[in-house]
Amino acid sequence: MTNPTNSFRTPLGRVRGLGSAKHGAQHWLTYRIASAGLAVLTVLFLALILGLIGASYEDVVATFKKPYPVILTILFLGATFHHAAYGLQEVFEDYVHGKLAKLAAIGLTKAAALVLFLLASFAVLKIAFGA
Amino acid sequence: MTDTPAAKRQRPLSPHLQVYRLPLPALTSITHRITGIALSVGTLLLVWWLVAAAAGPEAYATAAGFIASPIGLILMFGWSAALWYHFFNGLRHLVWDSVKMLTLQQSYSSANLVIGASIGATIVTWVLVFAL
Repeated sequence: MTNPTNSFRTPLGRVRGLGSAKHGAQHWLTYRIASAGLAVLTVLFLALILGLIGASYEDVVATFKKPYPVILTILFLGATFHHAAYGLQEVFEDYVHGKLAKLAAIGLTKAAALVLFLLASFAVLKIAFGA
Repeated sequence: MTDTPAAKRQRPLSPHLQVYRLPLPALTSITHRITGIALSVGTLLLVWWLVAAAAGPEAYATAAGFIASPIGLILMFGWSAALWYHFFNGLRHLVWDSVKMLTLQQSYSSANLVIGASIGATIVTWVLVFAL
């Protein structure tokens, strides 16, 4: 990129931005942008949680009946479980050896992250729309 | 030469992690991973708390009671420290990814900055917890 005249990549390949992996740096870049978003959401979510310290059950329910706390919480959950799943994937890729064990560890982690995200989001929405 | 066959001799591997004192950049790197794994496990408590709040007053009282218990508070303290560390060191990684602060000297100073910021933010968080 810094020295295009000295590159092995063809001009067409550079224009398309795709290497032999066919994905370019999309996966890498997505993780970075998402983590920057998660940093902002973390501060906002912590402020929400700090406001609920010592709160009664009724206060908590009342909070999650308001739109912004619900949207913030679901956004935070989505960013968190996305970040955790891909972060743990990197750990497994480094430390788990053996094709099947690695695939199973990554697959099960992503499935667990998805289920936990849906479980927590459903809980928040149940409070939001519940009687 | 010794009489043991060369192939059977136990050669030390390098770097030998048990005797090699990790330099600060290496220590902050492995701590980032460990705190990341710990925070992933910690999401279970957040999910439990939210599901309990949706399930009703009794379930919520159980979850809230666990969080306010000594074990719960120790876990919350650990997770808050892990969160702030992972937060600030994550920002450090984002700075590195933009091809900045990459010299060895800058790596040491940013490591100290991250450690100081995480200790400070953890203290502020718990001052707020007990003040609110």
